[in-house]
Amino acid sequence: MIDSMSPVLSLSGVRYTYPDGREALHGVDLSVGEGERVALLGPNGAGKTTLVLHLNGILSGEGEVAVGGLPVVKENLTEIRRRVGVVFQDPDDQLFMPTVAEDVAFGPANLGLRGAELDARVGEALAAVGMSEHRDRAPHHLSFGQRRRVAVATVLAMRPQILVMDEPSSNLDPAARRELAEILLGLDVTLLMVTHDLPYALQLCQRALILDAGRIVADGPARELLGDDELLARHRLELPFGFSVPREGL
Amino acid sequence: MGAGHAHVLHLERDSVVHRLPPQVKIVASVAFTLLVVLTPRERMWAFAVYAGLLAVVAALGRIGPLWIARRTVIEVPFVILAVILPFLGTGETVAWLGVDLSVEGLYGAWNIAVKGTLGVVSSLVLAATTPVNDLITGLERLRCPQIITQIAAFMLRYLQVLSDEARRMRVARLSRGYRPRFFWQLRAWATGAGALFLRAFERGERVYVAMLSRGYTGTFPRLKGRSARPGEWAAALALPVATGAVALAAALT
Repeated sequence: MIDSMSPVLSLSGVRYTYPDGREALHGVDLSVGEGERVALLGPNGAGKTTLVLHLNGILSGEGEVAVGGLPVVKENLTEIRRRVGVVFQDPDDQLFMPTVAEDVAFGPANLGLRGAELDARVGEALAAVGMSEHRDRAPHHLSFGQRRRVAVATVLAMRPQILVMDEPSSNLDPAARRELAEILLGLDVTLLMVTHDLPYALQLCQRALILDAGRIVADGPARELLGDDELLARHRLELPFGFSVPREGL
Repeated sequence: MGAGHAHVLHLERDSVVHRLPPQVKIVASVAFTLLVVLTPRERMWAFAVYAGLLAVVAALGRIGPLWIARRTVIEVPFVILAVILPFLGTGETVAWLGVDLSVEGLYGAWNIAVKGTLGVVSSLVLAATTPVNDLITGLERLRCPQIITQIAAFMLRYLQVLSDEARRMRVARLSRGYRPRFFWQLRAWATGAGALFLRAFERGERVYVAMLSRGYTGTFPRLKGRSARPGEWAAALALPVATGAVALAAALT
């Protein structure tokens, strides 16, 4: 496991209660080091998406969140949102501009980039997800898997310190799922992946966390956590039929 | 630029008119329509010349007359209004097939029908030769307030997403034996429309959160597109200039 002096992501005592009184997070402590690929696992309703929205200051409750040592507070939000790239579950929520290239340019343009520098960012991000030849197409004319890849590019264009993905494999067909995994494995970026696709977590992440009822209840090597049937069962997680954690290698 | 071939009003092909940048076509089309409206309705020959000018542009854009004719049905409600006018008008009348028609009403009907049709056809020519995303880029280049171009861009993008959702909901209803031919089954349709509205509303929130996550602070990056060369302005403005000359002649005679 890679450790560094200042964690890319650190949360301490994060609590959040929705305006309707529903408690979503009950004191989350978490630290992610540079270059780590971490899976955040948990059943539906565990508070995974709520937690993600704390990482870039969309939601804020009690406790402290810091990204690369910079606290997530109002004054820092522009820099925080550059550092934390969130890819949401439904690419149609993320892609709203008329063309792919314009959408990828949206984030870096918000950071003040213009002209050739902006074009270079767009080209680089689209190349990273293998979508360069689709730059002038409308999102509506892409397949679901392609739209998910463009959504990843929209965030990569901001050169984030940490890539946060909410259910990256949902609704993908097997080939698109594998292609996305290959792309993610090829990126040199810290990754926090929220999912209940356990084989995907095992394939992509060295470390796993289990979030249940607003608390981190397990934190350890992905292989160990996912091999512990009893632990998984306690938190409404299970490996798909016929799947067992391979003994060594991937 | 954009791929607008999913839109019924755009005709995907290559022509001199298609290749012109969108902003010059928008200016030409709006100016043409204004000049047509300003022309005195009694100068019927002028409208024939206008129709001829549009026909030339349509031919240059390789748009068939049938393609245009089918899409002009959009103006039918206005034409119906025009047809009523001769029967309602007062004052001087003429007899036609035993019916007294108001002269004022006839002129009114002619005025609405001819100016409406020319305006609709000019918009159709613009739409046929310009992908819809380029229209927005063109408006941006013409310094149209961003709030309007933004709303239009969002509408275009999410109209497609929403119509997909509506289609899936309809298929799900039909799959459970829903047969909308009975009046009392309209309730299911209405509930579906309500559900769609809620979904659109929730999606709006999610889109906004996704925008905030990418550093959105309220200002939008300008859409790109290229500036028009003087030659292209000249080519596009040939239409309103010719129209203007005719309108002037019509007004003076």
